[in-house]
Amino acid sequence: MSDLNQALATKYKGNFLKEVIDNVEEGDMVQMCMQCGVCAGSCPMGPHWEHTPQKIFMMIRANKREEVLASDSMWMCTSCYNCIARCPRELPITHIMHGLATYAKRLNLVPKTQPTAKFAQLFWNNLTSKGRVNELKLGISLYFMNGFGEGVKTAMANQKLGLNMLKTKRMAINEAWGGHSVKDKSGFHAMLKKAAEIESDSIEANSK
Amino acid sequence: MSKEYSFYPGCSSQSGASSSNYLTSVNAMCEELDIKLNTIDDWNCCAASIGYAGGGELPRVSLSARNIALSEKQHPEQDIVATCAACWLATREASERIKESTKIKEGTGLALKEAGLEMKNDKNVRHMVEVLVEDIGMAAITDKVKKPLEGLKIAGYVGCQTNRPFGIDGESFENPQYLDNMVEAVGAEPIRSYEKKVSCCGGALAFSEPDKSFNLIKPILESAMDNGADMIVTPCPVCQMNTEVYQDKINEKFGTNFNIPVVYYSTLMSVAFGRSAADSALNGQVIQAEKLNAIAAK
Amino acid sequence: MADEIKTGAYICKGCDLGNRLNTDQLEMIATREGRVASAKSHDFLCGAEGVKMIQDDLDSGESNRVVIAACSRRAKTDAFNFAGVPMSRVNLREGVIWVRPDEDEAQETTQEMAEDYVRMGCAEIKFMSTPKASEEQGTNRHVLVVGGGITGMTAAIEAARAGYQVSLVEKTDALGGTTGQLYKRAPTRAPYADPEDTGVTELAQMLEDDDKVTIYLNSILSSSDGAPGRFDIEITTGDATQSISCGSIIQASGQTEFDANQLTEFSYADAPDVITQLEMEALAKAADGGPVKRPSDGKEVQNVVFVQCAGQRSDKEGHLSYCSGHCCNTSIKQAMYLKDNAEAAAEGSSIDVQTTILFTDLRTPGAGGEDFYRSGQNKGVTFRKGSVSGVSADAKVSFSDLILDEDDTIDADLVVLATGMIPNSGRNNEREDELAAQKTQLEAENKEVPQEILDEIAIPVESILNLKYRQGSDLPQLVSGFNDSHFICFPYETRRTGIYAAGPTRRPMDTQQAQEDATGATMKAIQAIENAGQGMAAHPRAGDLSYPSFRKEGCTQCKRCMMECPFGAIGFDEKGFPEYNEARCRRCGTCMGACPVRVISFENYSIDSVGQQIKACDIPDEFDEKPRLLVLACENDAYPALDMAAQNRFEYSAFVRVVPVRCLGSVNTIWITDALNSGYDGVVLMGCKKGDDYQCHFVKGSEMAHMRMSKIADTLQTLNLEEERVAVHEVAITDIHRVPELINDMAKTIDEIGMSPFKF
Repeated sequence: MSDLNQALATKYKGNFLKEVIDNVEEGDMVQMCMQCGVCAGSCPMGPHWEHTPQKIFMMIRANKREEVLASDSMWMCTSCYNCIARCPRELPITHIMHGLATYAKRLNLVPKTQPTAKFAQLFWNNLTSKGRVNELKLGISLYFMNGFGEGVKTAMANQKLGLNMLKTKRMAINEAWGGHSVKDKSGFHAMLKKAAEIESDSIEANSK
Repeated sequence: MSKEYSFYPGCSSQSGASSSNYLTSVNAMCEELDIKLNTIDDWNCCAASIGYAGGGELPRVSLSARNIALSEKQHPEQDIVATCAACWLATREASERIKESTKIKEGTGLALKEAGLEMKNDKNVRHMVEVLVEDIGMAAITDKVKKPLEGLKIAGYVGCQTNRPFGIDGESFENPQYLDNMVEAVGAEPIRSYEKKVSCCGGALAFSEPDKSFNLIKPILESAMDNGADMIVTPCPVCQMNTEVYQDKINEKFGTNFNIPVVYYSTLMSVAFGRSAADSALNGQVIQAEKLNAIAAK
Repeated sequence: MADEIKTGAYICKGCDLGNRLNTDQLEMIATREGRVASAKSHDFLCGAEGVKMIQDDLDSGESNRVVIAACSRRAKTDAFNFAGVPMSRVNLREGVIWVRPDEDEAQETTQEMAEDYVRMGCAEIKFMSTPKASEEQGTNRHVLVVGGGITGMTAAIEAARAGYQVSLVEKTDALGGTTGQLYKRAPTRAPYADPEDTGVTELAQMLEDDDKVTIYLNSILSSSDGAPGRFDIEITTGDATQSISCGSIIQASGQTEFDANQLTEFSYADAPDVITQLEMEALAKAADGGPVKRPSDGKEVQNVVFVQCAGQRSDKEGHLSYCSGHCCNTSIKQAMYLKDNAEAAAEGSSIDVQTTILFTDLRTPGAGGEDFYRSGQNKGVTFRKGSVSGVSADAKVSFSDLILDEDDTIDADLVVLATGMIPNSGRNNEREDELAAQKTQLEAENKEVPQEILDEIAIPVESILNLKYRQGSDLPQLVSGFNDSHFICFPYETRRTGIYAAGPTRRPMDTQQAQEDATGATMKAIQAIENAGQGMAAHPRAGDLSYPSFRKEGCTQCKRCMMECPFGAIGFDEKGFPEYNEARCRRCGTCMGACPVRVISFENYSIDSVGQQIKACDIPDEFDEKPRLLVLACENDAYPALDMAAQNRFEYSAFVRVVPVRCLGSVNTIWITDALNSGYDGVVLMGCKKGDDYQCHFVKGSEMAHMRMSKIADTLQTLNLEEERVAVHEVAITDIHRVPELINDMAKTIDEIGMSPFKF
């Protein structure tokens, strides 16, 4: 358990709902769920969730902190927004799932082999490095995210796909050297650093 | 007088990126419709829908805030327009979040200051299809058609984010009509009862969870074929990518033989407006849209 | 009518009737067979000119009764409205041309249909006279309200504001009832976010200040008798009794909280910190905005669990089968007391009272219910869908979470049980009679009377009204002990005319609904007074002046009329002859249908007025292959359904002849026997739904008819006829597709079993 995780668990002992309200993106809406289950029935990844959003909301109210945060479930979200469009209580379910996922990541509780968690981090690193996504590098890092051997295998299996993209000029080898970037990189990075600090500070403060 | 917009092209539209063909055809389409797109100088990535895990809320919102702030400075009177579904969604969401939450508003304000920027947040953030539906109108599009796409049966795959959660022109989330109307406007036959019109293709999870995503993509293709579609049209780069470039992998996995072109609405318009195959980015199709090639060559 | 009967028959040729039918032929039938004094056709009978033609004849004395052969009796009632003149409406439009195809081959049978209906109208009119009110009625603009809770108080103030004198009788020593025991109540207006004051104190003050209102505390009704417009009441206060008279009565006797001692699984009897909702109100009242303290040791509560549906919506022995309607909102409200109090006390600190509502189905009815639920969620009340298996003596709640599919427990300081309500509806006379009869029967057979019967007889139930009616001391009950009120059409109308039930005595409800109920019942009570003064019926035959009378020489004093009357309107004199109480009568004719010797009739509705219509039809002989089907259709739902089917041009058999009746309960079996004897091939009866979820406008009429008709099989057997020739159907007003099918089904049946052998 990370120190922050430990501190927050202690601080909100017995009231995980309050912890979610205070620290998770749009977390204050969790209490408004009326348990109809429309979200669970509308999710394209429905069969793959260990706990559907409906259950996640109930688990939060039932104080199942570890079970929720260490769950693989939120990482199933494809951001299709079907649940948001259909929720009769207008809960921003997609955002709450994203919020829980990033909160779990912050507390270091994400299952180690969760592929979307890894990919999402790669994506973030990729885009923040120069301010714009480098698809070639992203693709390569994606293939190799589970180690070199696995990566070669994946790359070979997707060889044709890559060639197709190159052929249609929808992928460019020269992106490997440099590639697209924002001009004001220092300003861009300073901005992100500040935003990250504000967010971390706020959660740190809640843990005390 | 041409209509002007502050344009946010997004990462995937850049040269050598996966939807560079989308931008090519959008440019041709806009020229014909007298739409002037003024690109936001020094725009950055919006973090799309998968950036949440690495970024958290405030850094993510700050990314879009920077784009909005740049747009305010460069094109103060113009709506922000994006062609990519994720770009539009992330920017509009950020703008609304900043309006609704003082905490987020203060946070982004401080972050922007580090980059020497500030924002008023008084802009409309719109998708290109909104411009076509609301500002241009189907009748004006039909007026520009020089080569009606007669005889083409097209499945309009709206997908998720050019539909939910904001909706286009107040249309139903479950059965929006705007894409079918566009197909009709360029003289082709829409499949209005296309069952998978608003189903999810897996989005970014096609990368991290390919098997689960292929299970979602297959029925989207299948339903188009079952309805006798010659091709699929979509307004979204991720939808286009997922439904086109993985057809080989899906055939491999399921023993199917899909080979159905997936094009952008802008491709259809560009061809119908009489532009060349190159202007319409038909060379960007991994699966060639032969029937469009033929019309463009006429 | 002493004058000579001079009937004018008027045949309309409008709405295509003139094209589809041979109206000259109809005129001839009316004159030659119907024996009317004059028969005339008009192109547009309901137009000013047509109406004037009729009025001129009436004014000149050329006619004094009219037969209108045009559209349904339900159409053009404004045009065909001749005060004091008996009128028969012959339905040629909805009854004939709209249900028949406009084709040459159909023309003959369509014309025959029209001719028969003209014959029937001319026959009916001979047996109709103008009803006049009896001389019995009185007007007494005084409303008696029984019960001083929120329902009764609201009824009293509403009646007083409308200018009526009010007597309000309350059993206890103060006004307020159950609502008076509440700390606050669920909100009754937008934004439906917070509990609000009950308003009881202000309401009580208003009543005390109103000089139209007399309040009787510590009082009961020791006797009530009479009829709408002239009830005689005795009010007993302690040892003293005083008599008053009133025009109508509102029974607002309220409810009693379910006895939680029966809930052993929730440890109510043993655990001081397991309480009912009403007990929670007392704790909240005591706390008055401060921290709520639990009963056992006075500790401030920090974790409170609300158990919904405790002993209700359950099929367990002794539990309530129904939902009490208010308890979910009540628990939300009580959880809010705790949340609001804690917030006020803590002022922003994180001290909080955990409140968990355990429900299986959360029901928050009413306009603001959903908003109130959301407000509860917003305030941090936790809602968990769970089924509670037990509560231990130290308030540990065990339940199974129905979303997470697992068992869980909550260690609570205080557990509140939502136990529901039992109506205070007085004695169930019907059940008492049933039990007494069972006991007598068993004793007569020298058998042991089972203990449960003796136990049930032994339970003392207090009467609320102490009615001196032959039919019992209290308002009849329907299911679960609630007073029977016509829930689907006339919610406050009980089976005792002029006595209106309001509030939870008639169905479970919350305080706001009870107040709305009280207002509605007051309006009905006022209407009853005014109607009674003019000798007019209450709905559904509102304004009807006809009332039943009987031929004494034929009466066998069998008392069937008294027993079958759904409204307790019939008593009997010392010789056993019926006494009709016009003001209590609703004019359904169930007595007429019940009478085995057929001596009961109304001025404008009688055994003859229908019987002669049946006999007036032309019955073709067997070899014509034109069967005749008789439909007796209830005028409330079945006849309108037939009209609407016609408006939609749904066709049905040309062999049918439809006669509207006031209620299926008024159908006397003689009509059926006569019809079959005179050669009809089949008879179809259409009435409203009966049973616990009845739609019968006269509550029991349809049920009585069904009972009578269950014995018709014997009659058919003696006539050597097939059982299938008579069918009884329950029909709703919306059954417009079904009614033509029911007719056609009978036509098909006759096709299969063959024509009646009784054709002359």
